[in-house]
Amino acid sequence: MTALEISALRKRYGALEILKGIDLTLEEGGFLVLVGPSGCGKSTLLNTIAGLDSVTSGEIRIGGQIVNGLHPSKRDIAMVFQSYALYPNMSVAQNITFGMEMRGIPKPERDKAVAEVAKKLQIEHLLARRPSQLSGGQRQRVAMGRALVRKPSVFLFDEPLSNLDAKLRVDMRVEIKRLHQTTNSTIVYVTHDQIEAMTLATKIAVLKDGEVQQVGTPAQIYDEPANLFVADFMGSPAMNLIDGTVIRQGGETMIRLDRREHPPIVLPVPAGVVADRLPADGKVIFGIRPEAVNDSESIDRKAKSVSKFEANVEIVEPAGADTFVVIHVAGKELTARMRSDTSVRVGESHTFAFNLDKAVLFDPATSARI
Amino acid sequence: MSAADLITSAPDREPARHSLLTRIVIYGLLVIFAFVYLIPLVVMVMTSLKPLDEVTGGNMFALPQHLTLEPWIKAWGEARIGVSDTAGIYGYFLNSIKMVVPAVLISTVLGALNGFVLTKWRFPGHKIVFGMMLFACFIPFQSVIIPMAVILGGLGDIGRSLIDLTGYSFGFGSPTVNLVIVHVIYGLGFTTLFFRNYYEIFPTELIKAAMIDGASFFQIFRRILLPNSTPIFIVTVIYQFTNIWNDFLFGSTFAAGDQAPMTVALNNLVNTSTGVVEYNVNMAAAIIAAAPTLFVYIVGGRYFVRGLMAGAVKG
Repeated sequence: MTALEISALRKRYGALEILKGIDLTLEEGGFLVLVGPSGCGKSTLLNTIAGLDSVTSGEIRIGGQIVNGLHPSKRDIAMVFQSYALYPNMSVAQNITFGMEMRGIPKPERDKAVAEVAKKLQIEHLLARRPSQLSGGQRQRVAMGRALVRKPSVFLFDEPLSNLDAKLRVDMRVEIKRLHQTTNSTIVYVTHDQIEAMTLATKIAVLKDGEVQQVGTPAQIYDEPANLFVADFMGSPAMNLIDGTVIRQGGETMIRLDRREHPPIVLPVPAGVVADRLPADGKVIFGIRPEAVNDSESIDRKAKSVSKFEANVEIVEPAGADTFVVIHVAGKELTARMRSDTSVRVGESHTFAFNLDKAVLFDPATSARI
Repeated sequence: MSAADLITSAPDREPARHSLLTRIVIYGLLVIFAFVYLIPLVVMVMTSLKPLDEVTGGNMFALPQHLTLEPWIKAWGEARIGVSDTAGIYGYFLNSIKMVVPAVLISTVLGALNGFVLTKWRFPGHKIVFGMMLFACFIPFQSVIIPMAVILGGLGDIGRSLIDLTGYSFGFGSPTVNLVIVHVIYGLGFTTLFFRNYYEIFPTELIKAAMIDGASFFQIFRRILLPNSTPIFIVTVIYQFTNIWNDFLFGSTFAAGDQAPMTVALNNLVNTSTGVVEYNVNMAAAIIAAAPTLFVYIVGGRYFVRGLMAGAVKG
């Protein structure tokens, strides 16, 4: 069943259009992550779902019911804010039950609900404290408790981890994922962190300038980005994007990557590319993830199409689990994700290989994937 | 580098001799200014504790020979104020209390509401409305007296009609109520300014969270905003209390005779042109008149600085 349905949603502030016709659906139990750079409209979109912002046109349905005109408290949603927004003058227990109190639910029932949620989130010992007496992670839990106690049909998370330090952020990410799995709740989650998006989502919507660039599973977004923006935005280090030319060689269509000091790299067209859609002027952008570039002996053995080439090693960045190696191809830096015990040395020439199964091509004119 | 670091590391950079000299100059100036500011109060207190012959015959700075509370008792309950038959200033003291407490509370709460609306429930033109309220802060008292007198006169007419109809005026035309109205209107500009600036930096996410929790406008105001406004609330109360308590112009214009506030009564007591001038009684009355504002400041003073500084430093 569809828990959330957004159709042709537009939001305008005066002449400025923030959301330019958004269409999204989320099935019950799904985890939708709205991701994009700052100013892309993702928080505005979340606020319109919550009812904290009005919409200019379009429809929002929660559980099948149109909620456009409904007050936030009547939409059957709960929201976790970036700053947690815990009421500083109330204890943790009062914070969690404030909404129930406003809805006129009697005290014994509230106490029961708070005990249940506190047990689930392991915050029973904190119930009498004020928010100012809690650590960042504890505040985060309380904020989630306040949302959980409502048992809403949709949870809304607005960058809930961005105020935490790096280690705690990873812990809380796991926590949110566990919460989603154990409660099977429906979640809409806003973030600008593409790792959060990849790890948490069952469905990702990449936004830019108020438009949805691509909606899909994390794997689809990562392996088959719809356009250059999605390819560049998702993944760290980012996907290598190199200018190439389509050439005909012995009756076969090939891609040539020109280089200044080395002979050009000539590659077969990656699998999955529709040959008819190659642009007429022959200019393409060749995209390959750093992990699909390696030394020739470490490249994925299951790869069907591998292309080898020589290149000078410019920078070696050991990152613990991997080593990032930067080389130059077609006037652009190209990053390879290699084993941490790789033998490459700065300044030396080395044989690299592309795993072309994972490569994609883009049309530079439209920036769409071919 | 925090402020504490700056202070502790200062002597390392400055030669010790220089530091000592600086200290002597600083403390010397502080002592001189404290003396200058305290002398009038000391003279007032000493004079109020002397019998009259000691005041008229002796040195102003001399310590009292015979300590007496007689001037205080006389000022409070016996002294003749102006041409009135009422004895002592205590009646006027109560007038002032009856006027100041509602005026301060009403103007402060209305200012808080205005600040809430102007920052968290913005409407088209909110800047113009706020600008006009700010403008109210700068209108001189004197220029509003005549229009205000006309309006209060109209209220008095309503009061008289109500007495004819029901036998009760419902406060219309009462000098105390009139003064409360005047001070609330005049104070709104300031209280709105204080609360608007405080709520400007109040996290909007708290309001949104409360909206999702289903709290209404007034529930958010009462349960979320007001409990988190203690510093600015106290600043506003101190400011309004001091201003309204010390007001003389409106008090002397709109409340006459037995209904006059403390400041007017003090003037009538001190400016009596008949008989011997009882300086000791006058001093005692003046201290009584100043006591409430001092009391309010001592009780809420630590919030005053904190509230004025709120938002100046992040953290």
